Amino acid sequence: MGVTKIGTAVRRKEDQRFITGRGQYTDDLDRPGQAHAVFVRSPHAHAHVRGIDAASARAMPGVLAVLTGEDVAADSVGGLICGWMIHSKDGSPMKAGPHPALAQGKVRYVGDHVAVVIAETLIAARDAAEAVLVDYEVLPAAADTAKTQAADAPQVHEVAPRNTVYEWQLGDKAATEAAFARAAHVTKLDLVNNRLVPNPLEPRVAIGEYEPGTEVFTLHTTSQNPHVARLVLAAFIGIAPEHKLRVIAPDVGGGFGSKIFIYAEETVCVWAAKRVGRPVKWTSDRTEAFLCDAHGRDHVTHAELALDERGKILGLKVKTIANLGAYLSTFASSVPTYLYAPLLSGQYDIPAIYCEVDGVYTNTAPVDAYRGAGRPEATFVIERLMEIAARELGVEPVQLRRRNFVKSFPHQTPVIMAYDVGDYNASLARALELIDYTGLAKRKRESARKGLRRGIGFSAYIEACGIAPSQAVGSLGAGVGLWESAEVRVNPTGSVEVLTGSHSHGQGHETTFAQLVSDRLGIPIEQVSIVHGDTDKVQFGMGTYGSRSGAVGMSAIVKAMDKVIAKAKKVAAHVLEASEGDIEFKDGRFSVAGTDRGLAFGEVALQAYIAHKFSGQELEPGLKEGAFYDPTNFTFPAGMHVCELEIDPDTGIATIDKWVAVDDFGNVINPMIVEGQVHGGIAQGVGQALFEGAVYDSAGQLVTASFMDYRMPRAADLPSFTVDMTVTPCPSNPLGIKGCGEAGAIAAPPAVINALTDALGHENIEMPATPQAIWRACRNTPAQLAAE
Amino acid sequence: MVAVNMTVNGKPASAELDPRTLLVQFLRDHLRLTGTHVGCDTSQCGACVVHMDGHAVKSCTVLAATCSGSQVTTIEGLANAAGLHPMQEAFRENHGLQCGFCTPGMIMTAVDLVHRKGFALDETTIREELEGNLCRCTGYHNIVKAIAAGAQAMAAEGPAQQVAE
Amino acid sequence: MYAFDYHRPTTARQAAGLLGKDEDVRLLAGGQSLLPMMKLRLVQAGDLVDLNAVDELRGIARSPRSLTIGAMTRHAEVADSPDVAEAIPALAAMASTIGDPAVRAMGTLGGSIANNDPAADYPSACLALGATIVTNKRKIEADDFFKGLFETALEPGELVVKVSFPVPAKAGYAKFRHPASRFALVGVFVAKRSADIRVAVTGAGANGVFRWLEAEEALKARFIVKSLDGLVASTDGLNSDIHADAEYRAHLIAVMAKRAVQQATA
Repeated sequence: MGVTKIGTAVRRKEDQRFITGRGQYTDDLDRPGQAHAVFVRSPHAHAHVRGIDAASARAMPGVLAVLTGEDVAADSVGGLICGWMIHSKDGSPMKAGPHPALAQGKVRYVGDHVAVVIAETLIAARDAAEAVLVDYEVLPAAADTAKTQAADAPQVHEVAPRNTVYEWQLGDKAATEAAFARAAHVTKLDLVNNRLVPNPLEPRVAIGEYEPGTEVFTLHTTSQNPHVARLVLAAFIGIAPEHKLRVIAPDVGGGFGSKIFIYAEETVCVWAAKRVGRPVKWTSDRTEAFLCDAHGRDHVTHAELALDERGKILGLKVKTIANLGAYLSTFASSVPTYLYAPLLSGQYDIPAIYCEVDGVYTNTAPVDAYRGAGRPEATFVIERLMEIAARELGVEPVQLRRRNFVKSFPHQTPVIMAYDVGDYNASLARALELIDYTGLAKRKRESARKGLRRGIGFSAYIEACGIAPSQAVGSLGAGVGLWESAEVRVNPTGSVEVLTGSHSHGQGHETTFAQLVSDRLGIPIEQVSIVHGDTDKVQFGMGTYGSRSGAVGMSAIVKAMDKVIAKAKKVAAHVLEASEGDIEFKDGRFSVAGTDRGLAFGEVALQAYIAHKFSGQELEPGLKEGAFYDPTNFTFPAGMHVCELEIDPDTGIATIDKWVAVDDFGNVINPMIVEGQVHGGIAQGVGQALFEGAVYDSAGQLVTASFMDYRMPRAADLPSFTVDMTVTPCPSNPLGIKGCGEAGAIAAPPAVINALTDALGHENIEMPATPQAIWRACRNTPAQLAAE
Repeated sequence: MVAVNMTVNGKPASAELDPRTLLVQFLRDHLRLTGTHVGCDTSQCGACVVHMDGHAVKSCTVLAATCSGSQVTTIEGLANAAGLHPMQEAFRENHGLQCGFCTPGMIMTAVDLVHRKGFALDETTIREELEGNLCRCTGYHNIVKAIAAGAQAMAAEGPAQQVAE
Repeated sequence: MYAFDYHRPTTARQAAGLLGKDEDVRLLAGGQSLLPMMKLRLVQAGDLVDLNAVDELRGIARSPRSLTIGAMTRHAEVADSPDVAEAIPALAAMASTIGDPAVRAMGTLGGSIANNDPAADYPSACLALGATIVTNKRKIEADDFFKGLFETALEPGELVVKVSFPVPAKAGYAKFRHPASRFALVGVFVAKRSADIRVAVTGAGANGVFRWLEAEEALKARFIVKSLDGLVASTDGLNSDIHADAEYRAHLIAVMAKRAVQQATA
């Protein structure tokens, strides 16, 4: 068993249990004496709740309790929170309406939680939930993002007139107007960034428990950040003191953002467990997931790009209406503001940018972070504008991008971000080579001969990951710091447990983190265990989202390992009877410089615990160190994705023929896992561009509430991807890594749409570009025009 | 209540069940075989695929009572004493899984695919045959690679593997 | 699911007896449509009669002029049957596109036509091929069997025993899948039996499967793709939803009809 080095494609340690069916997801757990919860949900998008008659439901066999908003209020269970304060242009704080765990007097979207039935069996709970009679006074609904601010639109929350949560801005308005005033050309674009349902394959689950002897609550839940869940449930919702609440997120079947948030269901399960004196389990079905998991995106945007006569960008202005849904979810306010507008500069040197964002309420499910969170929306704006501008100017899209790339670093954009390092020409050049750009014209002709239309689309993306420097995000309104913690426990036998505040729900931390430890400490990867997802084991952590676990979570581990090595050197110095300054650590061995005397890592660990060779007063026994790592900057992964597709004009079906991704993630720990992240991201981005769209009708009913109507990407929709990387190491963290989890989802949508418009011939097409929409667009642009 | 008797992973399994009990509920709740997952309500995601009398079926869309007298194999029954099934090994070797939730259904579907279509599977066939299995993590790229490799490995193991079920 | 009493007959006679005349009794065939609807509590049955142990309802029999398929024959069995492939290859090909492999392993011909989902594949094959549906009581021509959305000519107490398909000279099926559900958004089955040419369309019609008579007329002149050039189906009575409006469906009917004829004449 050798050391596993950073950079090798070592196979995953966690796979053994998953491929044999031995994973332990939350729904796989049953607690002794467990009862089952079923929520009574609003069938209306907007209604007053005039009364709830639960008498007959309570009398049904096996029913333990029916709880409503009145019970929530009686027990002083606090409302759900939004943890990021956004201020409007006029300086006023965002207007957040109440968000009770169970409705109090009003329901605001289809699926809103009205009551919960707790019963001995799931079937009994479901039967009783149907018997709860709710008297609704149905109100008109505000379901349309673009229309919800109208004076006559139904009002979702009293505190937010015109359904406007905030009117936020970023950038220099005057400088941007001045840039437009001297522009030789202005490209304008109206777009909708379509609403998406995250749909991790594992639906959400919560099991609340209460032990009266110790007054300890336990919550097993499908969370990307169990410590944040504990903090919010304790400090804000007030369900239990933090030290009396244990939150465990075991194996979690994907998250993509939707499992960051603290929802009503887990809140109710913990609270109800004490009320009924039984563990309470709730398992979401897919329909509930569609209705109630926080959705993503949903922007209506007008954008303009100003260019000079040589095609150099002078300025960019953007106005976006961002749908936040019926309530502000945990990080909802930050997504269309600080996670969006600061990325509008893309890979380009843009002297002036001004962005306005109105965050709005509607009678729809809450909208929050979904893979990419704000950055896909920003990338879509700038990359569609670049494509259209190139066509309007008669320049090759690739050429226009090249002309405007940021070429020297560090680069301060006009919208907060200071790009630290990158080489955008390098990724473009490599992508052109891999897609065989020179052969494109020939391929287009071949497609045309078959009656098909071929197009190519580029997407130069940048994202801000490694979220985030705590002071910086604090100054922007974040409620918490976004550092990460790690504890490295070395056992007497030399094996190592690493406790991390990051959480793995598919990212392979048990492998990559162990790989890092194996490399640094020079011990076999088999001797390293990664512990995460349990607040009783890991002291605190911020969890996994925003492509942060590599750049921030692993940096914390590095910091803790540095402390372990420093301590171990002291131990080794005593054992080897040398001065501490002469001890070198290399390849898992502590040795006295210039001699052949040395000890293996495991031997030093044993000596640290035996503690015979040094005074316990001079040096503490044991070998265990912790660290909190706060990043100094965001990281800036960037790259070029190229999509080449063919359209069948008879049916409107677009078939992706080739996909090239050249990403710069800085240094890579495990290329196999990184490539896997890129693949998955591309699929979700293609899903947004071609397939997926959550549709509410004018009454606020979700038309796409199951896989029967919501079009998920399938295997036959996608090609094999060509994934390559360029490397400019990130200067702001010890490993030089940038983060890779969201890149594909950020890069892909404009690549697809740009390819479609290339195939169609200058025709704007909205996402999702369904076969029907593509067929219509084909009819409106004859083939010969498209071929030109 | 209805008496249900079947063979699961080679062992007899019987129970008196509410007739509403789905095969997946019988496997998960009664036999504690939690490797078979439920990812949707409309029989589309394929996380629940098991083998019934040698064919891949969606265990969320079969009543347990219907399976009386049947041989059922779940992901837990795929490996034998000699080790992992070649398809399981191929998924690990090719990074054909991330969160692991769809994986049991994917592997059971893949093994069934090889039984039906043979060991030499091209990419188009594999992608089309995954019509009934959704994955949100991998973009399918490595699943397709894993299935092609797993099929080859099954060929190398020969007929012995076929007998296992 | 709502509670029901479960029955598991082993003969068609027992099954028919259990079915009785009560509308609250439902037959469970492959269950691939019924069970999802019962799970979502959209369908309630007082009694459920499970046909999966009725072996006599399964099987494929071939005579020189017809192919007879038992009601409980699985889609996968039809798709893989050498007899079907030889007699009506378009039917085997169609069966191989229903749902997904796991659905085909359970789903049955009888269940599909008795359910008469407006987006199911089999009704179009029955209609185009001029099939005869044999029940425990009588024989029903396909033209008289499909009565609209989820409606058939089956009466209380009646169950499908088998379906007899006359062997056509030529036949073909082309389908445009619903983007999400993967049912037929538009499916067109064409068949030519001596002078009789039929074009049956599923998925598109607001009232279920129907025959596209203009296309049939056009193909009577000559059974080639070109005969359909310029022909567009009427939008009257077509479905319209977020995935496809009536105009698009009408267009797809023509495209799929051509592709079906292409297959039939290949």
